[in-house]
This record gives sequence, structure tokens and C-alpha cells, in this order.
Amino acid sequence: MIQQSTLLSIVLAPLIAALLAGLFGRFIGRVGAHSVTIAGVAISFGLSAWVLKQLLLDGAPNVNESVYTWLVSDGIRMEVGFLVDRLTALMMVVVTFVSLCVHVYTIGYMHDDPGYQRFFSYISLFTFSMLMLVMANNFMQLFFGWEAVGLVSYLLIGFWYTRPSAIFANLKAFMVNRVGDFGFVLGIAGIVYFTGSLDYVTVFGMRESIAANTMQIIPGLEWQAMTVICICLFIGAMGKSAQVPLHVWLPDSMEGPTPISALIHAATMVTAGIFMVARMSPLFELSQTALSTVLVIGATTAFFMGLLGLVNNDIKRVVAYSTLSQLGYMTVALGVSAYSAAIFHLMTHAFFKALLFLAAGSVIIAMHHEQDMRKMGGLRKYMPITYWTSLIGSLALIAFPGTSGFFSKDAIIAAVGASHIPGATYAYWCVFLGVFVTALYSFRLIFMTFHGPERFASASAHDHAAHESTHVHSDKDAGHEPDVSAHNSHGAHDHHGAPHESPWVVTLPLILLAIPSLVIGWFTIGPVLFGDYFGNAIVVSEAHNALAHVAEEFHGPASFVVHGLKTAPVWIALLGVLTAWFLYIKRPDLPAKIAGRFSAIYTLLVNKFYFDEIYQAVFARGSRRLGTVLWRAGDVGLIDGALVNGSANVVGWFSGVMRRMQSGYLYHYAFAMIIGLSTLLAWYVLR
Amino acid sequence: MIRLEFVLMLAGLLFALSVAGIFLNRKNVILLLMCIELMLLAVNFNFIAFARQLGDLDGQIFVFFIMTVAAAEAAIGLAILVVLFREKKSINVEELDEMKG
Amino acid sequence: MTLTEILFYAFSAVLIVAAVGVITARNPVHAALFLVFAFFNSAILWLLMEAEFLAIVLVLVYVGAVMVLFLFVVMMLDINLAQMREGFTRYAPLGIVIAALVVIEIGSVVWVKQLGVDAAPALATGAEGYSNTRDLGELLYTKYLYPFELAAVLLLLAIVAAISLTMRQRRGVKTQDIAAQVSVRAKDRIRLVKMDAEKDA
Repeated sequence: MIQQSTLLSIVLAPLIAALLAGLFGRFIGRVGAHSVTIAGVAISFGLSAWVLKQLLLDGAPNVNESVYTWLVSDGIRMEVGFLVDRLTALMMVVVTFVSLCVHVYTIGYMHDDPGYQRFFSYISLFTFSMLMLVMANNFMQLFFGWEAVGLVSYLLIGFWYTRPSAIFANLKAFMVNRVGDFGFVLGIAGIVYFTGSLDYVTVFGMRESIAANTMQIIPGLEWQAMTVICICLFIGAMGKSAQVPLHVWLPDSMEGPTPISALIHAATMVTAGIFMVARMSPLFELSQTALSTVLVIGATTAFFMGLLGLVNNDIKRVVAYSTLSQLGYMTVALGVSAYSAAIFHLMTHAFFKALLFLAAGSVIIAMHHEQDMRKMGGLRKYMPITYWTSLIGSLALIAFPGTSGFFSKDAIIAAVGASHIPGATYAYWCVFLGVFVTALYSFRLIFMTFHGPERFASASAHDHAAHESTHVHSDKDAGHEPDVSAHNSHGAHDHHGAPHESPWVVTLPLILLAIPSLVIGWFTIGPVLFGDYFGNAIVVSEAHNALAHVAEEFHGPASFVVHGLKTAPVWIALLGVLTAWFLYIKRPDLPAKIAGRFSAIYTLLVNKFYFDEIYQAVFARGSRRLGTVLWRAGDVGLIDGALVNGSANVVGWFSGVMRRMQSGYLYHYAFAMIIGLSTLLAWYVLR
Repeated sequence: MIRLEFVLMLAGLLFALSVAGIFLNRKNVILLLMCIELMLLAVNFNFIAFARQLGDLDGQIFVFFIMTVAAAEAAIGLAILVVLFREKKSINVEELDEMKG
Repeated sequence: MTLTEILFYAFSAVLIVAAVGVITARNPVHAALFLVFAFFNSAILWLLMEAEFLAIVLVLVYVGAVMVLFLFVVMMLDINLAQMREGFTRYAPLGIVIAALVVIEIGSVVWVKQLGVDAAPALATGAEGYSNTRDLGELLYTKYLYPFELAAVLLLLAIVAAISLTMRQRRGVKTQDIAAQVSVRAKDRIRLVKMDAEKDA
């Protein structure tokens, strides 16, 4: 039996820690701030794991209870409540585990940052928000968590708020997410309209009656209510999970500190959309149109965003594009009703993508905050732990047989292959080619960073020459200072000489994340994917059940690996690795030539399909122009002119008239009294 | 026997005449005060007529009080008039327009 | 038509004429005298309506005091009559309309709507030893004692107000201030200054 107090503790521990670190950061100091937040998240993680164990092994029943009624309006209850089933518990464990790793890692990464306490406060607050999101038992709380993670994401992308690019990026993220949230709110409104309830269970119970309705958005055009609601909800998911065309904020969000990229923009927050759609599976199952939309958008994201990773040279952005692509895979899985595959991939992805980001962060630390891969190379022998862990992460990412990514991604591809809903063929080709692209950019990253000639030496020496006069003391400092360069001295290379391995607070989380990245698939694929792990948390109608076809051929993880070896995706991935090796190790001159040959495509990719430019030109400039018009006509003309000055003028004119009546002559007042009195009497008497 | 209606009409005529007087002598404060005295007289007629009609002396008591108030009013009004004349060398209401907005 | 009624109509007509005289007189003195005339007529009418005490009071107080006050003021002030008469008829039409309206209103109340005030048992005015003055006095000193006292205070107030308004301190008039003279002390008159007898050379 899961106690309510346990659930409350899980949620509140990070919140209290965040408040302590945020409001009293000055008093408790740096050590105090990270101690209290790590303790808070550790409590959450421990209790989440215990909840999962109880649900999984001890057969505890699902929890669905309200803790607090915020308000009741017109019969619609707005409550804070928890719905904890196995889906929730899995998400809770993933979120708190990755969050814990990131907390520990942050000690090293943000070592010298002046905003140390603030940072810990934010990430703890994020953990709280994310837990509120996944544990919600109603749409109100879901939306609260949804917006709260968006807010924290905004704060963290703009963490280094003195950088104009960071401010631009966080505004962009916030605004693009608003577009998605608008759809999300409309979806929730639709649900409330048709059911009059915000509670999950009630809404799911009335799903048939929603589906029986139609609505007219454009007069004369009848739409299935369920389709409209689901697409609206999915627009919210598109914003949060960065699906085309609302993906533009995610690459820019790499302006934030790397731990954030790992925690929020790779492992947890961006998966909120996936989680939400999985949670809403009873609704989505009733609208094949919505599912097809999900599928096509996911497939597009999975393939085309992966392509962008091929041409980027910023190590974090490459990982960011791979995140986009992998989110696309999850969305595809949702589209073919393989919700459990999506959640499974979400979980494995959380581990290996957080790992990759943290490894990238480790590299960035070693390179003194240099993010350009063209200035790296040969780092393997300097930072072995980082190398091996990121290799594990990359292998998982490209779905190398046996790694966790293999199980989840192969299952998705198989499910897409087995699906027959409209768009499935397109999606299959997208995810299939996506495998090759994934392998290519992943190993391009590995080869450019860890193998090949050491390109940083020349760059570093050059920089050092420029700074030598100002940093004469740096030689003696370099000996005993941990090589975690402060961001505030960024760009100024205080240390020179060979990069070396990061301190244990950085590598420990890497190792902790590498282990599940490598092996978790073995243990979980059976129950999660093909067993009835999720019970009734996820509903799949018989007509859509693509995963069932895959399940028929499943005879344990080992045979799944063997079976996988016989299918094309694995070999395609290996082909991608080989291509990367050929292009970046064997013949490093080739990529430039290819870029030159296919300059049109290359330009298109470098400019990210011109999404940013189009948005800038159409939405940003359009809204600015609209703003100008509204300012001129609305503010200056209507409000200032007509309302403010206008009312003043009317009062002035009216009082001018009244002033003339106030002649100041006694007899005029007397006349007014007499005339008024006699008129009143006349009306009273002669009536 | 004097009929009530005739007394009331007489008082009404008196009242209307004093109203007309206010309109005619609008500039002369003294005449305005006299018109007001005339109005009060008209009201007193009403009280006395009703007192007799209803056989109740309370009406006459009221006349008594009204006369008291009218005397006080005339005294103060004339005092103000004197001060005003001293200040302005005139009692022309047309020149009293300091209250003008 | 009884004698009382004939007298009533006659004096009423005179009263109206007097009132017209008040509002149209060219000279304020004439107007005041017309007003005195009107008050006398009213007093006679009040006598006819058996309000003897009030009739006498009207003559004594109004004609004897108030109207004399009016006449004093009118004669004391140097009033430019020509200027006062300017635009005399400018508001006359409006005044007549309003006056007519008032008459119509009162007429309609009195004649058309009917007051419905039935004559109550009349006072025993004709009885032996009846005195309107005594009856009124009894009422004033019993039932209306407090209003009566208030009326007295009001009159006192009017006297004080009128005096304080019109009294003025004339400039350049030499008077004694006894209180100031009595309260004078030596130290207020003489100021002792400590200073060196001679400057050093």
C-alpha cells in the first residue's frame, strides 16, 4: 500500500530544497545549497524507487487520490492529486535518477559559477515541477507541471543572463512553447467542454461519448471532437517535445549550462509531451486521424532533424539534434500506438542522452569551454572515462545490438513496419533511414572529438600566446586546481597543456548513467514492452496494436538480439558507423568536397531548412509589424487619443459648457431653484 | 364665512407675484429680500387658513415661528447688504460675480 | 354673501394690488411702503380669519421693526436707481410664465384635485372669555416650549450676527485700551544693554 505521505514527500522534498537553496542560498552557502538539493532529490529518488518496487513486486494497487481541492467552479473540480500507476512510477524513477546524477555532476560543472545556489535551486524546482507533471491525476495539475517545467526551462536557458544569445534563446524557447501550450489549453478546454471534468479517470471513462460528438470549427465542416481534442493536445506535446515545426527552440536552448541540456532538454522535460500522449492513450486510440498526424510529424522530425546533426560542428548542438531525432522516434512509436515502446525508448533515451550530454559537458570542461568539434580530436587518451562512457552512449544511441537503445529503437522500427495506419510507409522509411543518419552523426562526433589528430593543440597554443602576458600565474595554478574552468573566465584559457580527465563528481554520474545505458534493455524489454507492465495505464485498441505483431516473435532479450542481427536496421547502423569512420578518420578531406559538390543541400542543412529564417520573417517580423500597427492605432490612437485624452477633452468641453451656466450671478441660481421647483411641482401636480 | 379655497388661492397669487418679483427685480438685493418676505407671508396665509379650517392652533404656532425666522433672516440679510455696500459701493447683483466659474 | 366675505374679497384685492406695487415700484422706498401696506392688509385678513394675536404681531413686529429696518437700509444706502432698473423687463416673460405656472399648480391642487379637508369642529372662538392670545400662549409655553426657546436663541444669534457683521473698527480713531495699560510691567518698557564704557584705543 502506497501512503499518501510518501507521494507528498516525493514531490515536496525537491520543492523545499529548491526554496531553501533559492531563498536562503546566501546563508547556507555553496556546500549547503548543493547538499540540501541533492538530499531532496535523493529522498525523491529513493521513495520513487520504493514506490516502483511496491507496484512492481509487491503488487500494491494503483493510487488515485486527491490531496487538495483548489477550487470548484460550476461543478468542475480543480484539484491537486496523484495518479500513481506503473507508467507514472517509471517516469518518476527516471526523472529523479537523471536529476540526481545531474545534481552531482553540477557540483563539478558549475564549480566557480557565481550563480551556484541559484542553479541548484532551479534544477530542484525543475524536479518538483516534472514530478507534479507526471504524477498528476487531472488535467489542471498536468497543465501546472507543464507550465512550471517550461518556466524553469526558460530560467535555465537564460541562466547566464548577461549573454544576449542566452536571452534570445530563452525567449525563443518560451514563445515557441507558448504556441504549443495554446493548443494544449484548447485541448483541455475541449475535454472540459465535452465531459465537464478535469479528472483523468472520469474523462477516460467518458471517452466513448466524446468520440460520438462532432464539432464545427469552420462552419459547415464537421470534425470528430476526439480528433480535434487529440490534435490540440498533441500540438502541446509538439511544443514541449520539440517536434517539427515547433522544434526550433531546442537547439538554441543549448545556450544554457550543459547539466541543463542533459536534464531538461534531453532526458526529462522534452519527454513530457511523449509521456502526456502515452497517458492520453485512451483518447488517442479513438482517433486514427490524430494518430496519423502524430506519426507523420514524428517521422519527419526523426529523419530530417537527424540530417541537421550531420553538418553541425558544435558538440552540444549535434547532441541536441540527435535528441530531436530521438524524440521523433518516440513520437512515431506513439503514432503507431506502440505507447509502451515510446515510453521504453523514453526511458533508455533518458539514460544514454543524459550520458551523452554530460560527456559532452565533460569534454567542454576539458577544452576550457570550447564547443567546436573542429578544434578537438584525439581526446581518447587524455580522458579515458569520458571516452568510454560516451562511446557506450553513442552505441546505445545508434542501437548497437545488446545496448539499451537497441531494444527500444528496434522495437519501434518493427512496430512501425507492422503498422497499417495511413502514413506508416512514409514513417517506416523515415525511421529506417534515420538509423543510418543517427549512426553517421553519432560516430562523426566520436571520431571528431576523441580520435584523429589533436587539433586543439594549435588552437590552444595560439590562444595562450595571446593571453600569456595577462596570466603569468597560470602555470603554478594549473598544477593543483581542478581542471574545471569557470565559465566566467570563459574564452580566456587560463590553463594550457594537455586536457585531462574531469574530477570524480563529473565522471561518477557518467559511469552511473553508462550502466543503465548499456544493460537496462536486457532486463526491462520483456515486461515493459511485451508484458503487461503498464496494465491499464495504457490503452491500445486491437485495430492499432502493431506491437502485438512484434510481440509474437519475441522470445526473450537474447533471441531479440539475434533476431535483430538478421534485420536491416542493424546493418544500416553499422554502415553509418563505417561511413563516419571513412569520412572523418580515413579521408578527412572528403566531407568538405561532398559539401562543395552538394552545396545546395549543404546550405539548406546548415541553415536548418530555413525554419528560423521563416519564423523570423513571418512570425517575428509580422507580429512586430502588427505590434506597430496596434501601437499606432490602438495605443496612440484609441487609448491615448480617444480614451485618455479624449475623455479628458470631453470633460473639459462639458465643464466649459457647465462653466457658462455657472455665471456666478445670484439670481441665476435663484431662477434655477424656482424654475426647478415649479417644474417639479408641475410634474407632480398636473400629472 | 371665508372659504378655505379662496384663502389658498389668495396665498397662491401672492406667492406667484413674489416669484415674478424675483424675476423682475433680479438686480436689487433689497427688493429680492422684500419678495422673500412676501413669499413667507403667502405661506403664513396657508397656515392660518388651515389652522382655522382644522380647528387646530398648531398652525398659528408655526406662523409664529416662521415670523421669528423671517425677522432673523431679514436682520442678517440686511446686515450682509450693508457690509456688501461698504465693500462694493453698490448692491447691484450684476457686480457680484466672484462665484463665476 | 356675508359682510365677512365682502371684507375678505375687498382686502384681498387691495393686498394683491399692494403686492403688485411691491414688485413693480420704481423706487425701493415706495416698494417698502407698498410692502408695509400689504402687511397691514394681511393683518386685517388674519383678523377676519380669527388669528388675532398673529395679526397684531404682524403689525408690531413686521411693520414696526422689520419694515422700519428695511426702510433704514434703503434710505441709508446710496443706490443708483437707473442702473438697477436696467433690463427690468428682460426676464419678465419668463417670470410671468413661471408665476402663471405656480398659480395653475396651486389652482389645480385646490380646485381640481379637491383637498378633501372637511371643516373640523371649529374653535370656540365666539365663546365667552375666549382669548386667542391665551390659547396660543398656553401652547407655546407647554407643547412648544423647546421650539420657542430655540426661536429665542435664533433671534439672539441673528442680533449677534448682524452686529458683528456691520460693526467695524475705524482707522485713526484714538482710544484707550485699559487692559493693556493695567497689565504693563517695567521690564516690558526698559531694555538694559550691557556694553563696554569705552572702546580701546
